[in-house]
Amino acid sequence: MKIKSQKDFFSGLMFTVVGVAFAWGATNYSVGTGARMGPGYFPLVLGILMAVIGLGIMFSGLTVETTDGEKIGKWAWKQVVLILGANLMFGILLGGLPSIGLPAMGMIIAIYALVIIASLAGHEFKLPSVLILATVLAVGSYVAFIWALKLQIQVWPTFIG
Amino acid sequence: MELFQNLSTGFGVAFTFTNLLYCLVGCILGTLIGVLPGIGPVATIAMLLPATYALPPVSALIMLAGIYYGAQYGGSTTAILVNLPGESSSVVTVIDGHQMARQGRGGPALAAAGLGSFFAGCVGTLILAAFAPPLTELAFKFGPAEYFSLMVLGLIGAVVLASGSLLKAVAMIVLGLLLGIVGTDVNSGVARFSFDIPELTDGIGFVVIAMGVFGYGEIIGNLSQPDDEREVFTHKVKGLWPTKDDFKRMTPAVLRGTALGSALGILPGGGALLAAFAAYALEKKIKMRPGEVPFGKGNIRGVASPESANNAGAQTSFIPLLTLGIPPNAVMALMVGAMTIHNIQPGPQVMTSNPELFWGLIASMWIGNAMLIILNLPLIGMWIKLLTVPYKFLFPAIVLFCAIGVYSTNNNTFDVWMVAIFGFVGYLFLKLRTEPAPLLLGFILGPMMEENLRRALLLSRGAWSVFVTRPLSAGLLVAAALLLGIVLLPAVKSKREEAFVED
Repeated sequence: MKIKSQKDFFSGLMFTVVGVAFAWGATNYSVGTGARMGPGYFPLVLGILMAVIGLGIMFSGLTVETTDGEKIGKWAWKQVVLILGANLMFGILLGGLPSIGLPAMGMIIAIYALVIIASLAGHEFKLPSVLILATVLAVGSYVAFIWALKLQIQVWPTFIG
Repeated sequence: MELFQNLSTGFGVAFTFTNLLYCLVGCILGTLIGVLPGIGPVATIAMLLPATYALPPVSALIMLAGIYYGAQYGGSTTAILVNLPGESSSVVTVIDGHQMARQGRGGPALAAAGLGSFFAGCVGTLILAAFAPPLTELAFKFGPAEYFSLMVLGLIGAVVLASGSLLKAVAMIVLGLLLGIVGTDVNSGVARFSFDIPELTDGIGFVVIAMGVFGYGEIIGNLSQPDDEREVFTHKVKGLWPTKDDFKRMTPAVLRGTALGSALGILPGGGALLAAFAAYALEKKIKMRPGEVPFGKGNIRGVASPESANNAGAQTSFIPLLTLGIPPNAVMALMVGAMTIHNIQPGPQVMTSNPELFWGLIASMWIGNAMLIILNLPLIGMWIKLLTVPYKFLFPAIVLFCAIGVYSTNNNTFDVWMVAIFGFVGYLFLKLRTEPAPLLLGFILGPMMEENLRRALLLSRGAWSVFVTRPLSAGLLVAAALLLGIVLLPAVKSKREEAFVED
């Protein structure tokens, strides 16, 4: 058996797996009857529905002819790791990680870290221009979010402020 | 005339200094993100939601609405000058608009888009003001069964009118519904699918999903493509004013686009994107006058009509939101979120319980459209400059604004971890070619749907027949079935696929 559309087959698989997971999870809650729906009723019905639709999509991925096999293609792991990593680093630096004893470093340092890490995901990386961008964004964010909108965000590291 | 009285109340609210200021801010931001490709109104509104906590509800909604219709204006600028849609609803404008710019007629193309949008925006706002009260009357006759059926119709509509595979869109809606019910069940107090994580008992924040899937997912997708050469036709924009001949051709096109866009905007699942596609398809069918440039070679009608339609559609898609409390598209789903933040339950009661908010918002749309035409035609040079900012400077800024927006929603780093997960999920959707917009709609409607289903079945003692024995509910379900049936017809199916192919 040959997969005729990878995109369809694997998205169908994803829907089926997630649907089954939700339906299975829903059985942990009381399901009840139509007239007295328990917390498990709606998710159980939807989970089954989604699993069935997922099977349908998988089936079409196996049967409907496509010209190029609709390959999923290469994963852009570098971009995924850097963009999401920049976001995670921002959260860690901004809020600190009490579990490993890292103090909060505040918004300004977090912005520099985020811009540098995110820029690494681009097609070219020139440190001077990235640093200028980070400075512009740090000043801009301070004016917009702290000064104008008065959001409650820590600006400087705990041990300085 | 009650309408005029209501509108004067509205203008009274909208013409205060604060509200005019927020309207202007919304319009400027909207144009900005419209002009910049790679960031849309969904992500922007999600980013700014936390910032509106402190504002009065009217000002917050006025600003957020401005972002949505402002983006429709800005999107055309990029489409015409850069050959890239600044906004998804400007995809068809690229075809003829960019050809006009190549021939040195970028100015008239921009003017046609701007003037068409302004006219359509005014008409759309009037339709909204005129149709909202009677629809609200109707909405008060709705019981839980009718609401449930209406949501089914809305979700089916969203699927039918979305591009791409039908089955996948349905699956995405169901996934959205399921994600929507994560958290504490209001009836039993049971925390569902929370994995004993305290933050999850409040449910997944929609800012997190919107930002992860639409913000980060898109950025990763964009970056993984090779750098495309951008061709900016900035130096060729000289005269803005269209010729007499242009006016003769674009006027009927603007009228047709406005009518079509207004109608499609009201439909569940409709909005700016669909309106633009349909309007372009209609223009192509209409007979050419002698001496007219063919479509795809720079016909002004191909710019004027879809641009009017997307603006009219953006305006009238507020109708189902404001009268029934049902969002017809992803942007409106976020507006529901914005209203909930300010303790306003969207639905027919908004008009009677918050008349200043209701009419103030509508009046602000007209003012906003007037601001936009000034922002976009005389001040076009400013936006053109922006287009020369390369993406390598743009995307770190977008990542940053997403991160700050997510963090400030709850001042909580947990949301930052969650958005990373959904960012990956968004990229996965992109890779598997599944359209994410229906997911957000399902996510917002999930809890509402469960609640109405539960109430309807409780009242009927568990008999599912209640959905077909009540005439209004039956009518809505029949409409949903017809809609689904029509798209599944082989003839329509191929047409639908054709309509969404950009050539």
